[in-house]
Amino acid sequence: MAVRYNAEVEQPPMIEVRNLTKHYGPVTAIRDVSFSVAPGEIVGFLGPNGAGKSTTMRILSCFMPASGGSAKVAGYDVFADSMEVRRRIGYLPENVPLYHEMRVASYLDFVAEVKGVARSRRKARVAEVMDRCLITDVQHRLIGKLSKGYRQRVGLAQAIVSDPAVLILDEPTIGLDPRQITEIRSLIKSLAGDHTVILSTHILPEVSMVCDGVIIINKGSIVAQGSIDTLVEQFFPGARVQVELEAPPAAVRAGLGGIPGVLSVSDLTVGDGTGTYLVESARDLDVRGEIFQLASQQKWELRELRRVGMTLEEVFIRVVAGEEASVEAPAA
Amino acid sequence: MKVWPIFKKEMRLYFTSPVAYVIGGIFLLLAGYFFYNIFAFFTMASMQSAMNPGMGRELNVTDSVLRPLLSNVSVILLLLMPMVTMRLFAEERRSGTIELLLTYPVRDGAVLVGKYLAAFALYVIMLLFTLLYPAMLFYFARLEWGPVATGYLGLLLLGATFLAVGIFASSLTENQIIASIVSFGILLMFWVVGWSADYVGGAWGKVLSDLSIIEHFDSFGKGVLDTKDVVYYLNFIVLALFLTLRSLEARRWKG
Repeated sequence: MAVRYNAEVEQPPMIEVRNLTKHYGPVTAIRDVSFSVAPGEIVGFLGPNGAGKSTTMRILSCFMPASGGSAKVAGYDVFADSMEVRRRIGYLPENVPLYHEMRVASYLDFVAEVKGVARSRRKARVAEVMDRCLITDVQHRLIGKLSKGYRQRVGLAQAIVSDPAVLILDEPTIGLDPRQITEIRSLIKSLAGDHTVILSTHILPEVSMVCDGVIIINKGSIVAQGSIDTLVEQFFPGARVQVELEAPPAAVRAGLGGIPGVLSVSDLTVGDGTGTYLVESARDLDVRGEIFQLASQQKWELRELRRVGMTLEEVFIRVVAGEEASVEAPAA
Repeated sequence: MKVWPIFKKEMRLYFTSPVAYVIGGIFLLLAGYFFYNIFAFFTMASMQSAMNPGMGRELNVTDSVLRPLLSNVSVILLLLMPMVTMRLFAEERRSGTIELLLTYPVRDGAVLVGKYLAAFALYVIMLLFTLLYPAMLFYFARLEWGPVATGYLGLLLLGATFLAVGIFASSLTENQIIASIVSFGILLMFWVVGWSADYVGGAWGKVLSDLSIIEHFDSFGKGVLDTKDVVYYLNFIVLALFLTLRSLEARRWKG
């Protein structure tokens, strides 16, 4: 093994996808999708329903071949070296398909055996995984009799039972109650580092909470990717301040707009003589001081003054909406 | 090859659900009824022939009990074997579990063989219970063991062929009923194809009767072990399993 003296040395990506395309008959599910995921990273795959998330994951998990392009997991091609890839992944498909007539422990034992966990370690490994996924107390129950939350955890347990390098989780928290969602998320977070995780979701806060990076996919193509901070910066170049003032709206708009560096002023809720406004300015500028001085000069009553962060949700809406606008533009 | 874990899983699914018990129970009930009927008729015929010495020459246990029993059992198999195999792939496809199964580090061939052997093992278990009938014949009458052995070998081959066709049908669809109807249809076609051999005649008639799935079964009951018949069934099984493998692969591309 090579000695690594510099932690910054570029590691080969764990997942590498190049120009991946998949057609179902005349329908193109994904088109020219390219991305890579570094070892130990958790990446969120974000997109509206039918965007191509599941298709990409099915190709990565070797369930079906792509129509074009290539995908590599741990350096192995998903098509040419399918068996090598399959040994290194744990996959949780979208609807958590499990054998309802099997009992939890014997099901996990089956999966461990198929995935090549040695007989001597199998029992201990299954017990460990059940413990980690909090399903030890239902281990003798039939899977079909379990609640959705438990089934989801059994699904996650079968994905991690062979301790694979890569986890591919398709909507791992869908259909759970808030407490279960929190549990599953912390479980996934605890897997980072040892495992490379790619998870799809359409719940935006989930990505900000769990993931290091995000890939936004819409209508079969990647529209944005990077760390959440980079994306916010890329799509919202400005800084924003929310201000509530008791003053005539027209005068306020003019006053705020006159502050140097302010790009735009928009109304949030504006009534008679009082209103909340959103002030956008250049990113590196803090206009709160100027707003305060303006208010005190004009004897406006200042009720609230705070910076507003950009959320991934807004990035997502802007990206997806922008995509739709640009798609429709040439036709118009 | 990871055939063993797949085999164990399928056996577990057969026996934790009522499938194995219902199919096995119905099979034994029908087979038992046929055995009783045939044996009772034989007893009656024997008593009559005791009074009519000319008739006695025609009577022997192999021809009067074993062969009719085997041919009755083969009809039950025609009806029941599609039920044994119909869930093997169709159910996995309908419930989506195939997406996990086919992404585990197991080759499609190993999955197929594991499932096929599980269905075959269930069939062997069912058949073992019917050994009671020849055992009773041995006790009460003078039965030659040769035709019994070849008869059971014939049943094993015939059942294995039905199962192979059934597993192929199951790989075509996600609907178990369609899977069972398709396999029943294929088997029945191959069963009756020999019937038109007489009208067609000549070389084509020979081809048709050689294609028939049941014409090859007859000689086993007489105690004749013909390589031609064994090869026919083995070929049929290999071809059906090969087509199943191709169908699984085609399904992957379709997504």
